[in-house]
Order: sequence, then structure tokens, then C-alpha cells
Amino acid sequence: MTLIVGASAAGLATAEALRRKGYTGPLTILGAEPHLPYDRPPLSKQVLSGTWEPARAQLRSAEALAALDATFVLGDPAVHLDVTERAVHTASGRVLKADNIVLATGLRPRTLRGQPTLRTLDDALALRSDLLNCSRAVVVGDGVLGAEIAATARQMGVAVTLAGPQQAPMALQLGPVVAGLLAELHTSQGVDLRLGAAVTEVDDHGVLLETGEVLPADLVVVAFGSAPATDWLQNSGLVLGNGIVCDSRCRAADGIWAVGDVARWHHETLGRLVRLENRTNATEQAIAVAGNVLGADQPYTPVPYFWTDQFDAKIHVHGFVGPGMSVVEGSLSERRFVAHYHREGELVGVVGWNMPKQARQHRQSITPSCRATAATSTQGAA
Amino acid sequence: MKITVDQDKCCGAGTCVLLAPDVFDQRDEDGIVVLLDEAPPAELHSLVHEAASVCPAAAISVTS
Repeated sequence: MTLIVGASAAGLATAEALRRKGYTGPLTILGAEPHLPYDRPPLSKQVLSGTWEPARAQLRSAEALAALDATFVLGDPAVHLDVTERAVHTASGRVLKADNIVLATGLRPRTLRGQPTLRTLDDALALRSDLLNCSRAVVVGDGVLGAEIAATARQMGVAVTLAGPQQAPMALQLGPVVAGLLAELHTSQGVDLRLGAAVTEVDDHGVLLETGEVLPADLVVVAFGSAPATDWLQNSGLVLGNGIVCDSRCRAADGIWAVGDVARWHHETLGRLVRLENRTNATEQAIAVAGNVLGADQPYTPVPYFWTDQFDAKIHVHGFVGPGMSVVEGSLSERRFVAHYHREGELVGVVGWNMPKQARQHRQSITPSCRATAATSTQGAA
Repeated sequence: MKITVDQDKCCGAGTCVLLAPDVFDQRDEDGIVVLLDEAPPAELHSLVHEAASVCPAAAISVTS
């Protein structure tokens, strides 16, 4: 019996990889939400804007889910893990025992004074309704999610202010030059950027900045980070610290594994613990974990990758970025380029702006070592 | 095996091309997936299933 706790991208991909690699035993997928597996990146874009019906964000057809031959237990959050017994207790009182348990519980968004945030499908639909009924929204948070929400809201015709402590949106993930281009894009599309000042207070009428400035709004959206969903594991005996701490095989204890946003594992080539909050990691790590559950005993050593779509920009980030960059294809002025990021003479990162294919081709040259990336921020990671 | 791709869902990651370059490619101008072979030979089926599973936009469907 294999139990997967978490019915989103990482959990589903783990189940699929187990079957693909020949696992024929019983498989149960436990999900806290009532929904069948759906995809999260469209929530801040196509679902929020209404371009897609919510059903279009479903990850698999009914036929594909049936072929998986797995039992889905949905709408029943896990509340306790017994590592010795290898058993998961749920909110409704179920006790699910398994030979292998894969933890894929993802993230919980940080909240502030109960203001709306965006993590789940239900959040996205509620936020869409709020946006359609507001005259000015302030988005608190200048990371990927905040920037995407601001862009989508603006495209819905909402007056939008984006607030956050960085000098430009996604500066940590893109470096100053490309983040500066993103700031220009947002400004040109009518987003009011109020960056470089921390938010100190939030209520239903707006936002107070550390500078004393008040940003009035009838809707405040909070998107300033998430925390790994490990509160239910506090008394389990697993090592927790900014996620579920795992070895290089993504193993947290005998027969207990972690995958996706919640997993903080030892990345052998970087020589340190890494946790990645991005969509591609969910599925790539799932394949590694499924292999290791079945005895492959292989380390997981990915080059991080994420993308974001905002207005007309498709930005793809591979590896690790920093302040020093050089454009190797296209040009900044035509807003279509591939940039390289070097550290200590090594290529450690590639960013593409409206050149996804070319950026992916450059990705093959990235050789991140622990020496060259030790001082860099891990984009989308913590 | 029959493959379909949803170009509207595709995010241009190119994960499918890395796995099965004989089956998938990307458009030069915007990185969107191009299906080179909608009924590939049996030896590629395993890679195609993996490509469908890892696609970060769930843009690839496979029916047998």
C-alpha cells in the first residue's frame, strides 16, 4: 500500500510515476480540498480573469484518473502522522496505514488581518468576484504571485496598486535589470507601483506603508509568501525546518517521503538543503521520489525552473540569477531576449523574455555547483 | 497511442522536447508546443507518457 498525502500536482505526478515505473499495488491519494487534482498556475491568470472555466484547470480527464487505478479520498485533511506505525489520521477520523507514505501537502499562504489571498481554486473564484466588485485594489506582495495578480486584475479593468519592499517586482527572482523591465511593463499598463517600502498595516480600507503613506483601496489582496503546510506534522517526530527536512533521496524517515513545495531536501550538487516553490519542481521531484520509493536510490539534483506570464511578457527562469547579467540573444529594447547569469566564471542561470524555446536551449549549458551558487538566492526557493 | 496537445494551455517550458525531441518541438516565436508525431512508434511510448505527466501546464493528453 502506498499513501500520497496531497492531491495536487506533486501528489498526482507521484502516483502517475509510480504506475509508470511498474508499481501495481494499492494506491491512495488523500486530499484536503474537495476537488479532483487541479493546476495552480492558471488560478492567478486564466481562472482569475475568467478566460477559463474552472473545470479547464483540472489536471487530468476522468478517463486518465480512472486509468491510474488509485483511490481518491478528498475533502479530508490529514491531521496527524504516526511515523512508527506509518499511519495518517484524518480530520474525519480515518486512519490510513501504508508501507510508503509520500507527503505532498504543499503550502499555506501567509495571511494578514483576514484579507483575501490566493492559493486554492475556491480562493481564485472568490477573489475574482471581489475584483469584479471593487474600484481600487491594492496587491500586497511583489513576488511572482503578487505581480501576476496585479497584471491579471489590471487586464480585468481594475485600478490596481502593487505594494512591496523590493525596488522592482520579482527583483529577487529576476535580478535588478530584468525586474526593472517588468516594473516598466506594469507601469505602462497602468499598474500603480508603490515599491521599496514595507507594508506595516492593512485593513478593509487600504494599506499603510512604513513611510506613513496610506494606499486607499476597497480591496486588499495579500500575496507575500507562503509557509510549508507542516503544522499537522509538529508532533510526528519528523525533522521540520522551513519544510520537511529530507535526505538527498527526498526521504524524511523510513518509508516516509516528501515531494513538491513542502519538501526541503539535500541537493547533492549544491551541497545544501533546498526547497523549491515552483510548478515544474512538483512533477520532476515526483518522478525522483516515485523511483526512490521503488528502490532506485537516486539523488534528486534539479536545475530550478519557473515561468510567469504577465501582460504580453512570457518570462522563463532557469537556474540561479543575480545582479550580473549579459544578453546573449535578442535585445532588451525589443523586449525579446535571452540573458545569461554568471558566478565565479560559471553559467548559473538563464532568463528568457518572450523567448521560451531559446531560453530552454541555453538551459543545457547551466552547471550550477555549490561553489558558484552558494551566495545566490535560489529563485522561487527558500 | 494517440497524442493531443493543447496549445492554449502550453506554457512553453519545453519539458516535453527535452524528453522526446522526436515527438515534440516548440515554435521559435513563442515557445508553444508543436506535435511532430501524433502516433509515435512503441519504443517512444514510455517517454511520451512521462512527457504528458511532467508537462507543467498539463497540455499533453495521451490515449491508447
